[in-house]
Amino acid sequence: MSIAVIDYGAGNLRSVVRALQHIGAPLTITSDPAVVRAAPAVVLPGVGATLDTMQSLERLGLVPAIRDVVASGTPFLGICVGMQVLCEQSEEFGPHPCLGIVGGAVRRFPAGRKVPQIGWNQVYYAPHAAGHPLFGSIADGSDFYFVHSYYCDLNDARDIAATTEYGVAFPSVLVRDNLAAVQFHPEKSGRCGLQLLTNFVAWAHVS
Amino acid sequence: MVHGRGDEMLKRRIIPCLDVKAGRVVKGVAFVNHRDAGDPVALAAAYDAGGADELVFYDITASSDERAIMVDVVERTAAQVFIPLTVGGGLRTVDDMYRMLRAGADKVSINTAAVLNPHLIADGARRFGSQCIVLSIDARRVSEPGEPPRWAVFTHTGRDPRPTGLDAIEWARRGVELGAGEIVINSMDADGTGGGYDLELLRTISTVVGVPVIASGGVGAPEHMYAGLVEGHADAVLAASIFHFGAYTIQAVKHYLAERGVPVR
Repeated sequence: MSIAVIDYGAGNLRSVVRALQHIGAPLTITSDPAVVRAAPAVVLPGVGATLDTMQSLERLGLVPAIRDVVASGTPFLGICVGMQVLCEQSEEFGPHPCLGIVGGAVRRFPAGRKVPQIGWNQVYYAPHAAGHPLFGSIADGSDFYFVHSYYCDLNDARDIAATTEYGVAFPSVLVRDNLAAVQFHPEKSGRCGLQLLTNFVAWAHVS
Repeated sequence: MVHGRGDEMLKRRIIPCLDVKAGRVVKGVAFVNHRDAGDPVALAAAYDAGGADELVFYDITASSDERAIMVDVVERTAAQVFIPLTVGGGLRTVDDMYRMLRAGADKVSINTAAVLNPHLIADGARRFGSQCIVLSIDARRVSEPGEPPRWAVFTHTGRDPRPTGLDAIEWARRGVELGAGEIVINSMDADGTGGGYDLELLRTISTVVGVPVIASGGVGAPEHMYAGLVEGHADAVLAASIFHFGAYTIQAVKHYLAERGVPVR
């Protein structure tokens, strides 16, 4: 059984696939809701805007499938915009609803910083999540590669597994039960990024 | 949401740049063994292992046959190097950009083509996102001593520099308005001298654009990078020969910067 990597036209799909292939993860690239539902684990990549992403997911009929696999306990990893669309709504290009799987809103970074944030920034574990399997063999405060103008302002502190500072302290990793999501790009974060993907695959018991 | 201490933890980036011609690195690189000295894929992997924050491949290939080789180089690099890769040189159309991005580049850098057709910036940003589009500017100081500083944009800087009539500061501002996500500013006066960046140029660009600015041209020692990042307010520094010929390792430069309070990875 292989990980379903959802193909809805995201710019980093191939990079995510290359990184998963590099660590030896079995995977299927798919835009078929039935394949997503049947997969033992699901990865939702993303680059760009939440509005485009939601429209693509809706057009492909993937929204109910994503809600169902998260609700049913399938290990799930959202990356960058694939994290942001989990929120209830986004203010990018005018307020619009997102998947609403976690409570919170996607907000633009406050004025005073260069936007987008582009580059390596440190990820600090929340005390309750520091021992999570996703973080195995990755030191607290490690650098990951970020490219984004918006961040997830999450309502429930229990959903926040790690934070990063850029004008505000924003959630850089979300973990709730089987659901994980990262604002950075593990597929572009060198050794630490590959380790995080390896940890996800192990956590998901896919091999 | 808790307010943080600021953006001091966003690291300043050190970016080696490799000139590639027909699939081989021009002039070679001294710190790897002889067999790999001209292989861009091996060098990219070595720089990744050595602590590079990103990589740039600059394609100085002349013919279209050789461009296909560059696509192959990018594909092979992306399959084994998992840090951001920018490809520049000779990209004239959105389709040219797409080929490189599809092959595994994370960003494309455009220079002459953007001067000739500024809408290339907007078209690329609309299709791929601003974060993919790097505008590279070659600038030469044209003001007389004592005058307010002015820099002019040139193209074809390799062989026969051609003036464009554009003011570098205005062009940077326009490029960002059109959708460029980063600006590389290369001082033609400093390039090749090893005497350091044109700090006044860097500082001026950094204050007028709200996107990251990458300094290029003139680095001969780690203190030049420090000056570019601290006095020039650059977000990243691009360098070639200082690393390729083994004068300094990336880790040595980062150690130098960290000791002086510059945040590096």
